[in-house]
Amino acid sequence: MDVFLQQLINGIALGSIYGLIAIGYTMVFGIIGMINFAHGDVFMLSAFIALILFLALTQFLGMTSLPLVFVLVLVAAMALTSLWNFVIERVAYRRLRGSFRLAPLISALGMSIFLANFVYVVQGPRNKAVPPIFSEVIHITAGPGGYNVTLSYKQILIVVVTAVLLAAFWYVVQKTPLGRAQRACEQDAKMAALLGVNVDRTIALTFVIGAALAAVAGVLYMLYYGVVNAADGFVPGVKAFTAAVLGGIGSLPGAVLGGLLIGLIETFWSAYFSADYKDVAAFSILAITLIFVPSGLLGRPDVEKV
Amino acid sequence: MAAGAAPDRFDFVRASKDAALAAIIAAGLSFPILALRAEPDIDNRLTLQGRWSWLFIAALIVFVGRFLLAIFDIRPRRKPATDEALPASAYRAARLIGPAGLALLFVFPLAVFAALGPQGSLKWIDNYGIQILIYVMLGWGLNIVVGLAGLLDLGYVAFYAVGAYSYALLSTTFGLSFWICLPLAGILAAFWGILLGFPVLRLRGDYLAIVTMAFGEIIRIVLVNWSVVTNGDAGISGIPRASFFGLPFTAGPNGFAATFGLKFSPIHRVIFLYYLILCLALLTNFVTVRLRRLPIGRAWEALREDEIACRSLGLDTVKLKLAAFALGAMFGGFAGAFFAVRQGFVSPSSFTFIESATILAIVVLGGRGSQLGVALAAAVIIGGSEILRELDFLKQIFGEDFDPTQYRMLIVGIAMVMMMNWRPRGLVATRAPTIALGERHAIAGALVKEVHG
Amino acid sequence: MHRDPLLTIEHLTMRFGGLTAVDDVSFEVRRGDITALIGPNGAGKTTVFNCITGFYRPSAGRLVLSSGGFDANAIIALTNSGRRYSKHQGLFLLERMPDQEIAREARVARTFQNIRLFTGMTVLENLMVGEHNPLMRASGYSVFGLFGLPAYRRREAQALDHARAWLDRIGLTARADDPAGALPYGAQRRLEIARAMMSDPTLLCLDEPAAGLNPRESAELNELLRTILDEQGTSILLIEHDMSVVMQISDHVIVLDYGEKIADGRPDEIRNDARVIAAYLGVEDEGEVEEIEAALGAGQGR
Repeated sequence: MDVFLQQLINGIALGSIYGLIAIGYTMVFGIIGMINFAHGDVFMLSAFIALILFLALTQFLGMTSLPLVFVLVLVAAMALTSLWNFVIERVAYRRLRGSFRLAPLISALGMSIFLANFVYVVQGPRNKAVPPIFSEVIHITAGPGGYNVTLSYKQILIVVVTAVLLAAFWYVVQKTPLGRAQRACEQDAKMAALLGVNVDRTIALTFVIGAALAAVAGVLYMLYYGVVNAADGFVPGVKAFTAAVLGGIGSLPGAVLGGLLIGLIETFWSAYFSADYKDVAAFSILAITLIFVPSGLLGRPDVEKV
Repeated sequence: MAAGAAPDRFDFVRASKDAALAAIIAAGLSFPILALRAEPDIDNRLTLQGRWSWLFIAALIVFVGRFLLAIFDIRPRRKPATDEALPASAYRAARLIGPAGLALLFVFPLAVFAALGPQGSLKWIDNYGIQILIYVMLGWGLNIVVGLAGLLDLGYVAFYAVGAYSYALLSTTFGLSFWICLPLAGILAAFWGILLGFPVLRLRGDYLAIVTMAFGEIIRIVLVNWSVVTNGDAGISGIPRASFFGLPFTAGPNGFAATFGLKFSPIHRVIFLYYLILCLALLTNFVTVRLRRLPIGRAWEALREDEIACRSLGLDTVKLKLAAFALGAMFGGFAGAFFAVRQGFVSPSSFTFIESATILAIVVLGGRGSQLGVALAAAVIIGGSEILRELDFLKQIFGEDFDPTQYRMLIVGIAMVMMMNWRPRGLVATRAPTIALGERHAIAGALVKEVHG
Repeated sequence: MHRDPLLTIEHLTMRFGGLTAVDDVSFEVRRGDITALIGPNGAGKTTVFNCITGFYRPSAGRLVLSSGGFDANAIIALTNSGRRYSKHQGLFLLERMPDQEIAREARVARTFQNIRLFTGMTVLENLMVGEHNPLMRASGYSVFGLFGLPAYRRREAQALDHARAWLDRIGLTARADDPAGALPYGAQRRLEIARAMMSDPTLLCLDEPAAGLNPRESAELNELLRTILDEQGTSILLIEHDMSVVMQISDHVIVLDYGEKIADGRPDEIRNDARVIAAYLGVEDEGEVEEIEAALGAGQGR
C-alpha cells in the first residue's frame, strides 16, 4: 500500500511533465494536422537553456535566492524556447502547408535530428548534472520498519506550477480572441482566413504556446532529474506524443489526462514489473492505441469520407 | 520580412537588412545554448565556459546564407512548395547515368586496387564502396515500401536488425554457413515484416509512420534486454566470416589466396565482400524494376495514389500492403545478414532509430520511387559522412576536441528540412510510366501522389 | 415488360451515431436497365451507394445481387447459411461483404462524385489497374511475371487490347500515355468510367457522372452509357442531378428525400409525381403538397 502511494506521487509528478509536452503535440496536430516530430527536441533544448541560465544566474551573477532564480529561469526559458519554435515553424513548416501530406512530417523529422545534434555538438555528449535544488522532502508515513513514503518539495512544485500554467493556458484558449481564432482555424483554416482571421499568425502563436509549455516541462524535468543530455528529447517526446494520442489527439484535456496516465503507467510498470522494459510499455501503448482506438479516450472519432 | 512581389532587380539594401535581421535573430536564439557551454570542472561541478566567437560565427553563417538566398531569389515564397519536372534533356541524360554508373561500380575496386595497392585501397573499398552500397541496398529496399506502395515506414532498421541477428545467432549457435543463413535471414525478416505490418494496415500515413517507429524501438529494446539470447548491449562477437564458396580468406594453405596462387592479403576478402553487396543491391534493384512493370507494381503505385479507388476496383489492399512490407523487409534482412558477416560483430547500438531516419532520408532526398535518385542520395549522405572523417586537419583550426563526424547528422537534418522546402519530391521527382502505347514520357512530380494521406 | 431484378435492396437503413441518413429504403435494380437514383442534396443517395459498394456497412437491411438469375428460395437459403456469397449460384449478400470483395467477387464497379483517378499514372496505366485481378492471377502472383514467362506476356497483351478498345470508345487513344491528372475534366469522368468497366462488371454504379459536364459532353456521356448497356450488357445504377440526363436515358427512377424513398417508377411517372415536385421545390408542409397536387392536377403518379 505504501509503495503504491509513493508510486502514485511519483507518477503524478512525472505525468505532469508529460502532459505539458503533450499539449504542444496535440495543439499543433489540431490546427495543421501535422505530427510535430521535433517537439520532443524543443523540450530537450529548453531543458538545456534552463540549465545554462541557472548556472549563469547562480555563478556569474551570484544570485542566492533559489525561488527568485527559479522564476527567472522559468520565464527566460519560456521566452527563448518560444522564439526557437517560432523560427522553426517559419523555416521548416510554413511553406509546407498545402504541400503533400507527409512533407511536414519529414521536415519535422529533419528538424528533430538537427536540434538533437546541434545541442550534442555545442554542449557535448556528456550528461550534465546540476546540484540538487528543492530537494527537501515531507515524510508522509514512516512506520517503524515500514516503507517510507515521501513527498518532495520538487514534486509539489511540479504539480503546482503545472496546475497554475494549465489554468492560465485554459483561459487563453477558451476565453480570448486568440483562442477563438485558434479553434476557428482548427475547424476550417480557409474559411477562417476569409472571415479575417490571420491564419499564419494564429498558427505561429500555437507553436509559441506549445513551446512555452514545453519549456516549463523542460525546466521541471531538469529540476526533477537533475540531469540533462542531448539525447533526452526523443524518448520523453515519444512518451508525450503517446500521451496526446492516448488522450485523443486534438483534445487539450485529453493531453493532460493522457500525460498523467502515461506517467502513472511508467512509474507503476517500473516499480512492479521491470524498469528495463519501461520504454517498451510506452511504445506498446502508443502502437495499441493508434491501431485499436485511434481517436483516443477523449477525441472525436472520424468517419472515412468516400 | 520577404512579403510582396519579387523585385525585378536585386535590391542590395533590402537583402542586407533582411540578412542582418536574420543574423540578429540567430544570435538571440543561440545566445545561451551556443555561447555558453556547461562543462564539469575538477570537482565535477558544472561551470560555464564562454565561447562568444561561436555566437559570432553562427550569426555570420546565417547572415551570409540569408544573403545568398536573396541573391539567387530562392527565398521562401508564400506559395505551397511544389516543384517542376527536370527538363527533358536532363531526363535523357539520366538514362545514361545508370549503365555508366553500373560499369563504374564493377570497375571501382579493381581500379582502386591497381592504383593504390592492397594497403591504400582497403579504406576506399571498405569505408566508401561497401558502406555506401549497404545503404544503397537499404534505400532500395525501403523504396519498395515508401516509394512504390506509399507506406511511410520509420522502423525499417528493425528488419535490418532481424537479418543481422538471424545470421549472428544461426551461425554461432548452429554453425550454419553464410550461404544458408542469407536466405533464412531474408525469410525471417519478411516474416517479421508481415507480423508487424498486419496490425498497422488500416492506419493513415502519419500514424503508420509513428507506429512503425514504435515497433522499431521495441525490437531494439528487446535486443538490449533479452540478454540470454542476444547478449544484451555487449552484442554477439565472433561471427564466422564469409568464405569464397567454401574457401576461407585466411593465410593458411587451404585459404583463398593459396588456392589461386596469390599472395595473402586482407584485401581479397574486402573485394569479395564488395562484389557480394554489389550483387545483393543489384538483385534488389532488378526485382524492384521488374515488379514495377507487373500488375503488383502498378497496384502498389495505384495504392499510393488513391487507396479508396483501389478498393473500388477490387484490389486486395491488405495483401498488397503486406507484400510490400514483406518484400522490403526481406531485402533489409539480406542487408542485415551481410552487415553481420562483414563486421563479424553485431550489437543493438547499430540499429537505433537514427539508422531508420538515415535510410528514410536517403529515400526522401533521392526522390521516392526513383532507383537512381536513391543511389545518388546514399552516395552523398554516406560518402559525405565518410569524408567528414577525413577532415582531421580541421582539428588544427578548431582545437583537439573538434570532431567533424559529429556534424554528419546535423547536416543530414538540415538537408531533410531544406529538401522538403526546395524539392519536396526529392532529387529525381519525375515518374516513368510502366507501360505505354507510344513513347514513354516522364510524368511531372507535381501530379504524382506521395505516401498515403 | 418486366425484367428480373439484378440488385434487390430491402429495408436498407444507415445510421451515423444519432443521425439516420437512410431510413428503411427498398428498391430493385433490374437487369439491363439504367436505373437512376435522384433526390435533393442530402437525401442519402451517396450513402445508399456506399452501402451497395461496401464502403459503409449498413445498420440494417438486405442487399442481394443476383447475377445468376433471381431465385427467392436460393436467397433465403444463402441468408440462413450465414455465408457472404455463393459464386456458382451468382448470389451475393452485399451487406455482409467488404468493399474490395464486392468489386472483385460480385463484380460491382463504381465511380466517385469527386473523381478518383490515379493522377500521377498514365491513362493507359489507369485502365490496366482496372483489370488488376485477372492480370495478377496470370502473373502467378508476380512469380511467373518476374521471370517474364510467355503465358503472362500473352495475357498482358490481351489486357492491352482490351484497354485500347476502351480508349477508342472514350476517345482518348491519342492521350493514352499522358498522365490522367493532366486530362480535362470531362475526359477524366469518361476515363473513370472506362477504368471501372475494365473489370467487366455486372453492375456499374455511377455517382453523378454528368456533374460539371457541358451539354456536348453530357450528350457524349449518354451515348457512352447506352454503349455500355447494349454492347457489354452491364446494368447501370446512377445518381444524377441533371434531370435532362435522367429523363432521357433512365428506364427506371427512384427518388429519395430525407433518407426515405418517396417515389419509384418510369421517368414519365416521376415527372408528374407531386411529392417529387414538392421535394425539389423544398415544400415542407403536407398541406402545401396537396395544394400543389391540386394545382397540377397530377396526384395520381404515385
